[in-house]
Amino acid sequence: MNAAWLSVVAIGAGTVALKSVGPVAVGSRPLPRRVAELLGMLAPALLAALVVTEAFASGRSLVVDARLAGVAAGALAVVLRAPLWAVVLAGALATAFVRLV
Amino acid sequence: MHRGLRTSAPLLPAVLAFGVSFGVLARAAHVGVLAATVMSATTFAGSSQVAAVSVLGAGGGVVSAIVAALLLNARYAPIGISVSRAFHGGFARRLVEAQLVVDESWALSGGGGPRVDRGVLLGVGAALWVCWTGGTAVGAFAGGVIDPKAFGLDGAFAALFLALLLGQIRSRRAIAAAVCGAAIAAMLTPVARPGVPIVVATVAALAGLRRGG
Repeated sequence: MNAAWLSVVAIGAGTVALKSVGPVAVGSRPLPRRVAELLGMLAPALLAALVVTEAFASGRSLVVDARLAGVAAGALAVVLRAPLWAVVLAGALATAFVRLV
Repeated sequence: MHRGLRTSAPLLPAVLAFGVSFGVLARAAHVGVLAATVMSATTFAGSSQVAAVSVLGAGGGVVSAIVAALLLNARYAPIGISVSRAFHGGFARRLVEAQLVVDESWALSGGGGPRVDRGVLLGVGAALWVCWTGGTAVGAFAGGVIDPKAFGLDGAFAALFLALLLGQIRSRRAIAAAVCGAAIAAMLTPVARPGVPIVVATVAALAGLRRGG
């Protein structure tokens, strides 16, 4: 199995299991507080790391390029309370534009 | 279910476009049309799929791609628990219906509050699933001839992650987790294989928070 299919199968199986924890396995019994807190902090930590790598990483170096314009445009859209699709569109347009000029 | 389909209508064009973008990105990362489409149909959690494909596309290891995606999807355990009373029937039915829980369907059905609107939860989930999976297939087909960078897709996904991050910032601890995650990822990028900084940053940020109380 190549890397792509291995990812598809492992991520698919793991996500199906995670989504099933409540509806299939434990019902509405809440998780222990410490576990719930820890799980709640995973997303902000991981998303922040992803912003850094998606915006600045190029292989093993950190670079400033057209992507920064996309992130800035997206941030502006968030501040203006634009819906998510508009944030993404602003990011794409700004990145593509800066790359073009 | 009907109400759910109507509730989801304003979201559908965006999800379709997002699905197409993911398909294009997947192809650029050497994930085939079938693999990308199967991933959207079974994983059905956009941000984790983009994260995994980005790691693979950047030349990172398959283990980092898998771990990063699953860490991002760990939130579905508490999310699923918060709406579990909306599910009934046998094992197979619960298992299938549970897959329709995504951030949007969860939020529109009441966000895990005291009243969960089952029709909206499953209706929105089903409509989004069709658009996401269909969009992925279209994007993956087109991806062979499209350069995602020419359309600024890399910057768009960075903006997407930023928007999702800002939506997650609801407490001081969340800010601390985000700052640590970003700082550690930046420090590790020059020395580790792509993908590794994301996973290590997440785990280290959490460990630091625990110790810090």
